[in-house]
Amino acid sequence: MARISPTAAATSNGQDPLAGQIPFKGNGAGTPEVIIEARDIVVGFGDRLVLNHTNLNVYRGEILGFVGGSGAGKSVLMRTIIGLIPKRQGTVKVFGVDMDATSDAGRRAVERRWGILFQQGALFSSLTVKENLQFPVREYLNLSQKLLDELAIAKLEMVGLDASACDKYPSELSGGMTKRVALARALSLDPEIVFLDEPTSGLDPIGAGEFDTLIATLQRTLGLTVFMVTHDLDSLHTVCDRIAVLADGKVISAGTMETMLASEHPWMRAYFHGKRSRAVEHAVPQPTES
Amino acid sequence: MNIRVNGEKFLQDTVQGDRLTLSGAGAWIAINAHTLEVAIQAISRRYPAVKHVVIDMARVERLDTFGAWLLERLTRVFSARGCATDVTGLSSDYGALMSELRTVKLDDGSRRTGSQSLFYAFASIGENIASVGGSLLAIVNMLGALTMAYARVLTRPRSFRFTSLVHQLDNVAWRAVPIILLITFLIGCIIAQQGLFHFRKFGADVYVVDMVGILVLRELGVLIVCIMVAGRSGSAYTAELGSMKMREEIDALQTMGFDPVEVLILPRILALLIGVPILTFLGSMAALYGGGLVCWLYGGIDPEIFLSRLKESIALNTFEVGMIKAPFMALVIGVVASVEGLAVKGSAESLGRQTTASVVESIFLVIVMDGIFAIFFASIGM
Repeated sequence: MARISPTAAATSNGQDPLAGQIPFKGNGAGTPEVIIEARDIVVGFGDRLVLNHTNLNVYRGEILGFVGGSGAGKSVLMRTIIGLIPKRQGTVKVFGVDMDATSDAGRRAVERRWGILFQQGALFSSLTVKENLQFPVREYLNLSQKLLDELAIAKLEMVGLDASACDKYPSELSGGMTKRVALARALSLDPEIVFLDEPTSGLDPIGAGEFDTLIATLQRTLGLTVFMVTHDLDSLHTVCDRIAVLADGKVISAGTMETMLASEHPWMRAYFHGKRSRAVEHAVPQPTES
Repeated sequence: MNIRVNGEKFLQDTVQGDRLTLSGAGAWIAINAHTLEVAIQAISRRYPAVKHVVIDMARVERLDTFGAWLLERLTRVFSARGCATDVTGLSSDYGALMSELRTVKLDDGSRRTGSQSLFYAFASIGENIASVGGSLLAIVNMLGALTMAYARVLTRPRSFRFTSLVHQLDNVAWRAVPIILLITFLIGCIIAQQGLFHFRKFGADVYVVDMVGILVLRELGVLIVCIMVAGRSGSAYTAELGSMKMREEIDALQTMGFDPVEVLILPRILALLIGVPILTFLGSMAALYGGGLVCWLYGGIDPEIFLSRLKESIALNTFEVGMIKAPFMALVIGVVASVEGLAVKGSAESLGRQTTASVVESIFLVIVMDGIFAIFFASIGM
């Protein structure tokens, strides 16, 4: 229990905004680099506050699973970080760049370094799969058509599809293929961060499992940082290094699966110890009291 | 040779006999991919006869998918010529990425598009001509489905969606009144002004009243209104039905045992059948008013004279001719809009294409119908 004590100390003096959030240990030595820093975020629609002074850190090289009840504001926080939803208060720093203070060019430079997988895929319906993958590349880099085509096929193979999908239109793809193509597009500029909004929703358990493995593989091969909004306990268990829990507009806890299972918070108990979580719970060695 | 100089920053070649040593350096990443590609092409062309290639990657600082793929392409080019190719000194961090790319199977050339573009150009002309027949068939089919749905509704009046009809009437007729009044008023003004200007030359000022009356009531009132409705409501119908089709709402209706024609299309078309004659009447009146106003202010024809002259020049059947046409035009607009809406496929582009087609086709058919009616009314002496 020694590693929790510094955070416990921070909680007691009440100063640290990330109270209760245990940082990712990383694979290297020393303190891990914070790649996304969201501080004191307030977002509301009309009278309703969805995010109420929320804080969250994402560290380089980790896969962060972000959970919370339906309508708790998980996607809202993700969309706030990537700048799709305006916030009433707070700062977002990505790669150490304050997204509000920076110029348009600075923003674009950051945007070029992240990729986003939207919940419904958000593939451009009037472009073929290949053109969808090449669209961002063509915009930023001046490459030959031959190289673009080869890279599109390479990316498709990396997400488990093959060259035969190239000339299909998004409306001809199945749900799982759409997710894979959308992931390939999110990866097309070799981003450092990928945001995944419910990547396994709408996939069958086998497909979801394959997708989890795929994300873990890609994270390893490309050295990605992954921010994953999810409901899927299996994904949380199999691929996530760290889990953050959003409830009542705040990140109430962040840490490993063991920390989640040990928590006494009522919502987290219901979530991580509910009927559907049995299999996961049995698979994780319970923290022994010593 | 600027490119070659740049390229040498990333890839240097030394050759000993039939053994080629390439040493990579710098950052093999996306922003340098273009320079790298050119360098790689130049090198593979410069040494067609080497037997053994060693690619030393020890001095490469960074590698991403772009760089890794170019390295993979370089090894493939030499391997395909039967060279023994070795990659050495690559940091173990990139091992997983390289082994991932090694398994990529490129296109075998079976999919070829665009190579027979002339053939496709002719083919598409043929397809378009053939599709005219197809769309006429679809219109007839829709008319049949509508008749069936209408007959079913007549036998079970309770199943008719009255709320939907009222909602559509509000959209199609009530909300269109201001713009229709404004446009027909202006058209009436313009016709009267042009007539006055030219008729005055031979002192036939007062015949302007005849011209405005007959033209507006027989032809222009209904035509202008129908063109407006086709652009305003026909396009909306196509877009609504099309996006419902895209989001599988129409499939959902069908699986619940509803007939989409009865639920979605019948109320829309009935709304047009009721709305267009009303709008035609209002529009004709606005045009006459505009014509009268211009005759008075610009031509010096008093309103009393205008009215009495109008009474002499037009008969009730002049008005009837215009009004009889209105519901037929409405039916054409509604059917074309529905057919095009249901023809929408999955993409946003197809929604745009069908909406355009809907407006163009219905305006075209409205004008053709108007011509047919003109012949018909002439032959029965109306």
